[in-house]
This record gives sequence, C-alpha cells and structure tokens, in this order.
Amino acid sequence: MEKVVEMKGISKIFPGVVANDNVDFELLKGEIHVLLGENGAGKTTLMNVLYGLYQQDAGEIYIKGKKVEMKSPKEAIDLGIGMVHQHFMLVHNFTVAENIILGKEPRSGMNVDMKKAVKDTKDLADKYGFNINPNDIIEDITVGQQQKVEILKSLYRGADILILDEPTAVLTPQEIDELGVILRNLVSQGKSIILITHKLKEVMSISDRVTILRRGKVVDTLNTKDTNIDELAEKMVGRKVNLVVDKKPLNAGKTIFKVEDLQALDYRKLPAVKGVSFEVHAGEIFAIAGVDGNGQSELIETIVGLRKPTGGKVIINDEDITGKSPRQISEAGIAHIPEDRHKRGLILKESLAENAVLGNHYRAPFAKGIMMDYVKIKEYARKLINDFDVRTPSENVSAASLSGGNQQKMVAAREINKDPDLLIAAQPTRGLDVGAIEYIHKRLVAERDKGKAVLLVSLELDEVMSLADRIGVIYDGKIVDIIDRKDATEQKLGILMAGGTLKKTQGGAEGEAIRG
Amino acid sequence: MKKFLATALAVILAASMFTGCGKKKTEEKKPEGTKTEEQTKLKIGFVSDQGGINDKSFNQLAWEGIGKAEKELGVEKNNPIESKQVEQYQPNLKTMASNSDLTVGAGFMMAEAMTEVAKQMPDKKFAIVDASIDSPNVLSLLFKEQEGSFLVGVIAGKMTKTNKVGFIGGVEGPVINRFESGFAAGVMAVNPEAGKGLMPIDEKTPGKTVKYIDSFDNVGKAKEAAKMLYNDGCDIVFHAAGGAGNGLFEAAKEMKKYAIGVDADQAQTVPDAKDVILCSMQKKVDVAVYDAIKNFKDGKFEGGKTMNLGIKEDGVDVAPTINPAVPKEVMDEVAKYKEAIKTDKFVVPGTRKELVNYKAPQL
Amino acid sequence: MKQSEDRKKSSSKFKDSLLNTLKGMLFPISAVIFALFVSVFFVMWAKNLGFGESASLLFRSLWKGSFGTKFNFMETLVFTTPLIFTGLAHSLAFKTGLFNIGVEGQFIIGMITAAIVGQIPGIPHILHILLIIATGMLAGGAWAWVPGILKAKLGTNEVVNSIMMNFIGMYLSNYLVMGPFRKPGTASTQLIQDSAKLTRFVSPNDRVNTALFIAIGFAILVYILLWKTTTGYELRAVGTNPDASEYGGISINKNIILAMVLSGALAGLGGATHTSGIQYQANQLFGFPNFGFDGITVALVAKSNPIGVIFSALLFGALNYSSAGLQVVGIPSQIASLIQGIVILFIAAEYGFKIIGAKISAKRKKEAVVNE
Repeated sequence: MEKVVEMKGISKIFPGVVANDNVDFELLKGEIHVLLGENGAGKTTLMNVLYGLYQQDAGEIYIKGKKVEMKSPKEAIDLGIGMVHQHFMLVHNFTVAENIILGKEPRSGMNVDMKKAVKDTKDLADKYGFNINPNDIIEDITVGQQQKVEILKSLYRGADILILDEPTAVLTPQEIDELGVILRNLVSQGKSIILITHKLKEVMSISDRVTILRRGKVVDTLNTKDTNIDELAEKMVGRKVNLVVDKKPLNAGKTIFKVEDLQALDYRKLPAVKGVSFEVHAGEIFAIAGVDGNGQSELIETIVGLRKPTGGKVIINDEDITGKSPRQISEAGIAHIPEDRHKRGLILKESLAENAVLGNHYRAPFAKGIMMDYVKIKEYARKLINDFDVRTPSENVSAASLSGGNQQKMVAAREINKDPDLLIAAQPTRGLDVGAIEYIHKRLVAERDKGKAVLLVSLELDEVMSLADRIGVIYDGKIVDIIDRKDATEQKLGILMAGGTLKKTQGGAEGEAIRG
Repeated sequence: MKKFLATALAVILAASMFTGCGKKKTEEKKPEGTKTEEQTKLKIGFVSDQGGINDKSFNQLAWEGIGKAEKELGVEKNNPIESKQVEQYQPNLKTMASNSDLTVGAGFMMAEAMTEVAKQMPDKKFAIVDASIDSPNVLSLLFKEQEGSFLVGVIAGKMTKTNKVGFIGGVEGPVINRFESGFAAGVMAVNPEAGKGLMPIDEKTPGKTVKYIDSFDNVGKAKEAAKMLYNDGCDIVFHAAGGAGNGLFEAAKEMKKYAIGVDADQAQTVPDAKDVILCSMQKKVDVAVYDAIKNFKDGKFEGGKTMNLGIKEDGVDVAPTINPAVPKEVMDEVAKYKEAIKTDKFVVPGTRKELVNYKAPQL
Repeated sequence: MKQSEDRKKSSSKFKDSLLNTLKGMLFPISAVIFALFVSVFFVMWAKNLGFGESASLLFRSLWKGSFGTKFNFMETLVFTTPLIFTGLAHSLAFKTGLFNIGVEGQFIIGMITAAIVGQIPGIPHILHILLIIATGMLAGGAWAWVPGILKAKLGTNEVVNSIMMNFIGMYLSNYLVMGPFRKPGTASTQLIQDSAKLTRFVSPNDRVNTALFIAIGFAILVYILLWKTTTGYELRAVGTNPDASEYGGISINKNIILAMVLSGALAGLGGATHTSGIQYQANQLFGFPNFGFDGITVALVAKSNPIGVIFSALLFGALNYSSAGLQVVGIPSQIASLIQGIVILFIAAEYGFKIIGAKISAKRKKEAVVNE
C-alpha cells in the first residue's frame, strides 16, 4: 500500500525536554492510525511537526513519497494535510457554512457567495455522511457537531490526510460511536487519518494500526487486530498495569452527606446549579457523571463553601452547613480534592511542606497559638510523601517543581489524611498518566472500603464506571437520574449525559435517546 | 549569567584602577592650591531649602549675593548644598559649616536645624534668611516684606479699573502673611473699594480675593488660582508664591491682565512676561547677604543680632523696572508713601491681626 | 556515620540557602555597580573631567559622604532608619499581593501623632516612648485600614485609595501643625517633651538614636511573623494564590485588611520614631517627605525579605544622604537620584524578564503538556 506520510528519525528538543527522540512514523493510504501515549509522550509534538507548527531539529518528512520542508501550516494544508485541534478554532456567532469557508470564501464579484457556500457545505456533508445543517450558528450546536464542522473545514480545504488531536475527550459515548462511523466513511473514500489519543478502548474500536510513543520514543507499531488492551497499556506505561480496580463488595452504611434542592449561580450570575439533591452513604462512592460545563464545578464549590448557594441545603452528619465558610465546612468533616490543582489545590510557589498543611495549618500539631511548628510540619509532609509515593527530592522544594501526577498525589495525600467523613474528589485524575491514575483510584477505593463516604465528580465515563457504586448524571445544572452501578451501561449514561431520559420498562431501564 | 558576572567584575576592576590613579593625582594637586588660598580667602557656604538655588526666589537671590561677594570682596564660595528633605538641613549645615567660615542658610524651616548646628559648632559663623535665631554666632536676616508690599499695593490700588485686586500666596505662614497684609494695607490706603476683597474676614481667614495654593513650586495650581481671581473680576494680582508664581504670569498673558512680581525684579528675570508685569516687589536678599559677608570680612559680624530690613534699610522696595502703563502720578504717590514709611510716619501691618485693626494713613 | 551524614546534609543545606540568597542579591548588586558606572559619565559631563578623575571623584565622595567619616556614617544610619520601617511596610504588603502606596501617608500620620503625643508632660521616659510607639502604630494602621477595608468590601483598588489617603494625610498633618498645635510664629508644632525623645546613644550631637534598634527589631519580628506564624502563612498564601487560600479556609478579605493594617502600623511607627528620634516636632509639609515612596525601592531590592530590607535600606539611606557630600565637591545632587533611578530600572527590568520568562516557560510547558 502507498505510504502517504513518512516521518524518518524526527527529533524535537524543547529546553530541558526531548519531546521527540528519533521517531519513525508512517501512515498508509486509507488507514486509521492511532498515536498512543501518555501525557508528555510527545504525540502532539510529532503531529505539530507534521502540520508545520514546529520545525524538527533532526529528521525528514516525506509526503506521498516526496521529501518536504514543513515551514508553516500553509505548506501542510497545500500538501493536503488537515488538523483538528483539541480546542476548536471556530467563530462562535457565525454559521456552520460561514465557518467552513472562512479564509477560502467563494466569491461573486466583491461579495462572498453565500449561496454557493451553503451548497458546498451541504454537498460536502452529504458526501461523507455528516448530519449537519449549514445554517446553524456554532454556539447553538453541540460540541460533537462543532467537531464535525472542524473536520469539514479541513475537507473543504482539500485535505486527504486528517490529524485529530484527542477527538473523543469532549464527546459522549454515543457521539464517540458516531465519530467512528464518520471516520470509517472517510477512509473508505480514500482519506487517511491519524488519531491522537491515550484512551485504549478507542484504539481497539476505531483504528487499523497503532504506534505507541513513550517519553518521546517509538515503542512499537502494531496492527490493531493483533493486539489487546493489556498489551497496549503495558507498552504505553512501560510496565504491567492493573486496569481493573479491585473493590470490596459494597457495604453502604448510614447517610453521611445530603444535598437538598441546592441552587447556585455561576460567575456570570446565571443559574448553574438548578436544584440538585442526592445523598452519599458511608462506605460508598457516589459519582457525578456528565459532560463538562453542566454545573459540576459550581455544585462542588457550593458544597465546600467557595460559592454562596441561592437556595437549598447542604447537610453532613445531620449538621446543616449551608453557606458556611470553607474552614467551618472543612471542620465539619469534608475534605476536597479540587478539580484544578494549580488554581485551588496548591500554592505552587510555596514548598511542599507548607502545602501539606494548607487548610490545617492553624491547628495542632502544626500550630501552637499563632506560632507554627515547622519541625512537625516537615515531619508530616515527609510522611505524606512516603505514604503516597510522591516523587520529590525533598519536602522543601516548591510544589511547582513537581510533575502533575505527583502534585495531584500530594493534594490527595493531604485531603485523605485529614480523615474526613466525606471525601470529595473532583476530576481527581485529570491530565494524569496511567500510573498515577491507577494510584489515585486505588486510594479512593481504599477510603470507601474503610467506610468513608466518597463523592466523585468525573468527566471520564471509564473512571465513573470503574469506581462508582451509584452514579448521578448531571445535565444543565440538574441531576437527571441516579442509577446503581450494576444497572449502568455506558450507553445509558451517554443518553443521560446528553440530556435524554431513560424509559422505564418492567424488565429494568432501557435506553432511548430523546434529544432535547 | 557567567558572562554577565565577568563583565561586572571587569567593570569593578577597571573602576578601582581608575580610582587608584585618580586619587594620587588629586592628592598631589591639593596642597599647592589650598596652602596659598586658604590662608587669605574666607570661605562662604550656602545651604538651600527644597527650592534649590534656581528657585527664582530667595534661595537664588541669596546665592547671587554670595556670587557678588566672591567677585567683589575676594572671598571664596563653596559648592552649595541643596536640601531635599527637612531632615537633611541639619547634616547639610554641619557638612557645609565644617568647611566654611560663614555658612548661609535660607528659609524659616531651617531655624531649628540652624540653632542646633550653631550650638554644636560655636567657632563657626552662620547667617539665616527669613528666620530669627537667638544664637551668638548666628546673624538673622528678616525682611519687612509688608513695607514693600504696601508700595506695590498702592500701585495696584491706583491702577485697577475693575476696582478688584487679588493676591496669591504660596503656603500660609508668618513670612507670606507679611506680604498679604502689607499689600492689602497699600491698596486700602489709596482705593478702599478695591481693597475690600483683600481684607481678612477674621484673624485666621483671609479675604475673598486672597488665595493660598499650598505650594511654592506648583505652577499649575498658581495658574488655576490666578484664572479664578481674574474671572472673578480682578484685573491685577500680586503673588508671593516663589517659583509657582510663573503660573500667575501665564494666566495674565492668556487673559490679558496685569500681575505684580515678587522677590526679584521679575520683569527682568522672567522677560517673557514683562508686558503683563506691572511692577515687582523687590526683597533684596542678595543685598542683605552681600552686606552680611562684607561685614563679616571686615570683622564686623553681628552674631546674635536679628536684622529687620525694611524700606529704611533698603531691604525691600519697588523694583526698578516699572511697566510703561503706570503713569508718573502713580509713582509720585508711591514715592510719597515710601518717604512716610521711611520717616516712621506710620507702621505697615505685618499680620492679619494688625491688618484687621489697621486704619489707612492720611497723607 | 549517620550523624556525620546529617551534618554534611545540613551544612550543604546552609550552603544552598546562602548561595540562593547571594544569587538573589546578585541582580541588585550588579545593578548598583552598573549604575555607578553609568554615573561616572554624568560626572565627566558635569565636571568636564576625564573618566579616571571622574570615577575617583565620584566614588570617593560617595564613600566619604556616606560611610567614610564617623559623622557621615551616623547620619547615613539616621536616613536608613525610616527606610527600614517603610521598606518593611511595603514588603509585608507585597507578600500579601498588595501594593500599599499609602505608606507615605501612614508615615506622615505617624509623625504628626508622635509630635502631638510627645507633648504630653509628666510621663516617665520608657512609658512615653512605649506610648508613642503604640499610638504611632495605631494611627498608621488606622490610616491603612481605610483602603484595606474598601478593597476587601467593595473591591476598589488599594493603590488609588491609598494615594488619596496620602494627600488627606499630608493636609491633615498640615492643618494640625498650622492650626491647633502650631508653635506661634513658626510653621511647626512645639518641641516634644524630653521624656518623649529617643536616646541618642552615640553622643548628643549625633542624631542616630534607638529608633535604629527598634527598626532592626521589627525587621526580625516581621521575619518571624511572615515565616513562623499562622498569620504569616495565611498572608503569604493569600499573596501567592488567593484561590488556593480560599480553598484552604483562609479568608482573603480578612487577610487583605490585616496586611494593610500591619503595613500601615509599620509605616506609622517609622513616622513616630522619626519624630521622636530626629525631628522632635512636626513641620508643615510642602511636599511628601518621600520616605514612604523610597521604601518601595527598598522592598523591591530586598525582594520583600525583611532581613534584606535592613541592608537595602542602608544602601538607599547612604545614597540619599551622600547627595550632600556630592554637592560639596560640585557633583550635581541629581547623580544620587540617578543611581537610584538606574537601580530601580534594573529591578523593574528583572521583574519584567521574570514575567516574560515565566510566560515563555509556561507556554512551552503547555505545549509540552497539551501536545503530548
């Protein structure tokens, strides 16, 4: 088969980091080729080199057998390469058609020929089986639809090599399936596709071949049909990984924590939490699943006192803590691993020791009166570092000098060691590599097994499915449904996450999408 | 970083080498210069207040007086020290005095510091402008600004067409109050109607056409105050606001009104504004300082004495440059009053309190 | 064996921290050296001398005018003392992420308070001094509390508000000096009682006084406050990451107000000891005394380290004071300001580089993270 892309011996060095180290990569015509690797493995760097965003320090690129110099994305586009970034680059108040033709407008005289633009868009969408209306405004359509617009934009510019960077990160399971169909459609019409991801399941379901990167180097290139998830995981991480979280059977106790009809506004003063109610019992993990931006962040902030509620109640251990200060709520028995460890979780410039006592710094044994006891604090920090296997030269280095995974371990260590009745973990594994994810998961489950109540907020369905005992799905600021883990399937959750409802039948719940 | 360090090091080395060389040279030079001159020439030092020696006011005049003395009396002036903060007066005076035979200080704010330094250095001589100090080795030079101001007040009272004249003061204080009081008294003497606005409401509150700008260097504020006075109907404004007074001249030029200068002969020192300057009240700090140095050189230093320099002592006067718009009859009137003050026919009020009880003299 | 290892470790730790401190000081020190270098050219131009002669003249006069004679050294310490206080005031605010430009006004309020309190007769020396310290701190703190609470409650910018408070402070002081507390015929208040004067410990003729020790004492206190107490922990946390502080149960508003009040108290104390150690009275002000504004540079050069503030204040005290020594040999006094200006420029440039550097490295990091 014809090699449409061939990258030979690519090296790219950033100050202090070798992002790509002598990488060989090839893409055949008509295949879906996954670039698999953990955060920081060099996947996107490699693709940015191919797309002309970076220039390689060493190595050569051949497109359709011809050696090329990629000085800028313009050359890449001229050679038929299109890239869809993780963050879409669309004009939000323009229509789909306007976005697609932007920069390459069909003209009639001085004016943009909008009629032709709409027609071209329609034709293109029909040809590749995209279900999209050219006249919709971008901000009115779903994220999944926006992604399609991005893909169409590339196709409109004549791309026959498509690079998709983490395309599934923002999609519901149904949308992921839909994307799979579209991609198959594209390759059947002669396009070739490179997919960047770190999600193993997608590799197995979508790709033809997979190239695994680790620390900037190619580990292997495999045919998807000849491999399996465990092998891929091992190659990606570099050691055997236990992907299944071991959990003791559920032994839920009394209700520890309760939220009743909670309401709150977002930073624009618009309702974001619109009457949320749920309970969390001792010894269970209650997960809140949902697509990003449906009020999860505001819900958690309201619970822990960082945001004032406009209505409803928050109760822990029968104590009403609604609207209390973060310190009072923490003292009432809630610990919180925040969703943004850089913004909330750590004071990056300060030392690990100082960070280890954030929130507890004023209490014995860390403080006597107003004097802080740094001997005790450092001792405690060392204990956390040991217990949670935080990789750091010492407790005196600044939190900023640690990798994301180790920072998150430090935050988790601090919060879990507060020995709370309720542990809130908001996106606790965001941006972490498989090893760290595995570790954090283990610790959360350990807390549950110890009989603590755990409230998990996650955008990753895999995480929800593997950790939760019960799952509440949040959509548009409301919990649309709460289902037991044993009744939950990705399909059902996907429908709920998209705002649909489950039709209750006698034999149990059966999914049917009713799009809002 | 290493490169930077190396450069820095090189610079230090180079500098220290130069320092080494330079030192020898100057040390060699010094003896010849000092031996011959130091024995014969008296050294005069000067410490200014925050205004600096180019303040177009008493600091500058004092410094000019010292300059004149150097030329004519064969004394040597030291480099002056300009004080930046009140707390610098004392060390500045001390530093200056340690290297001078007579040290001149300017400004009433310097009184405390001068007292202290004079006490600490009893074998040195000092002179202070605008303050009175009771120390045996200090000569105090005070001026009867009210007398000079009275004379320009007479001119203003005669010249005003709107029957309204104004006054702009720098910062409230005994010295500036003397200007205000004398000026008001002068206007009242020849034109009681025009003097109304200048008369104080009570001992503490100045009249309606008297403005204080709380500054001696804020030209903008002076200009603003001047415009207010002119808009209010005044056609002549007198200022005692040091360098800030230039704002008055700017306003006068813009609005085609008259201004009266202060301290120096401002039609000469601010030639741009000579058309709008009716006349100036001259405070002869330069003359007083020159005379003090002359007496000192002649061995007649009057330590402990406070000179009150008025018209009689030729300490204050109407400056020689008079605007052509002023007719001879007015200047004759001025001469009459000048003679009367000189011969102690009446006393010009120097404070608002005296002004309130003041009755215009009948000549 | 283990003990020796520990000792080695602790000694290397000490070495590290010393090295870090030196590294931190490298930039300001090179800035001063560079500034001196540049100033030589201005002296060449002003005095019409060659490079060598100018350099020699400048350095000798600078040295003589600041440290070279006993009298000048004592006076340098006099000018250093208030800068320690104002430098500390700024450092404390900087550490909490605030810019208390109102230190100037708080200093003035401290001065006038001491001038008034100092006039009360019949109080024993020690008590009188303690009273002056307490009232000076209280007055300065109250003056800073206003912009503090306005920022905390209404979110108004502390810089704008405290600049306004500077003017109000100056005019209030002038009103008191020229009004109820005026010594007749002068533009000052009455001299304070002898019991209210800080001891001039070298000799009655040397103005250096115990305010210097109070200043150094407070530098150590501020150091302890910032690095050893829960209050300091919270202040620093709010300064470096308010979001994380809020998350950690630390009240941002409370700490903003507290930092402003403490900063103002330090400035007020500086003013109070300045009156009771040097001036003995309050004078009518024609402009700001500038100790508060100079404190900004002092704190910046010291990188807001309270102990560093002592040395940085000494540097700027010497530069401020030596301008007289320069003028005596005919070097324009502006040279001293020029040197300070260049140092400030350097420090500003360093901060600028750091921000740009941080942005670049953040961008790279982001690229490296996002583009894995």
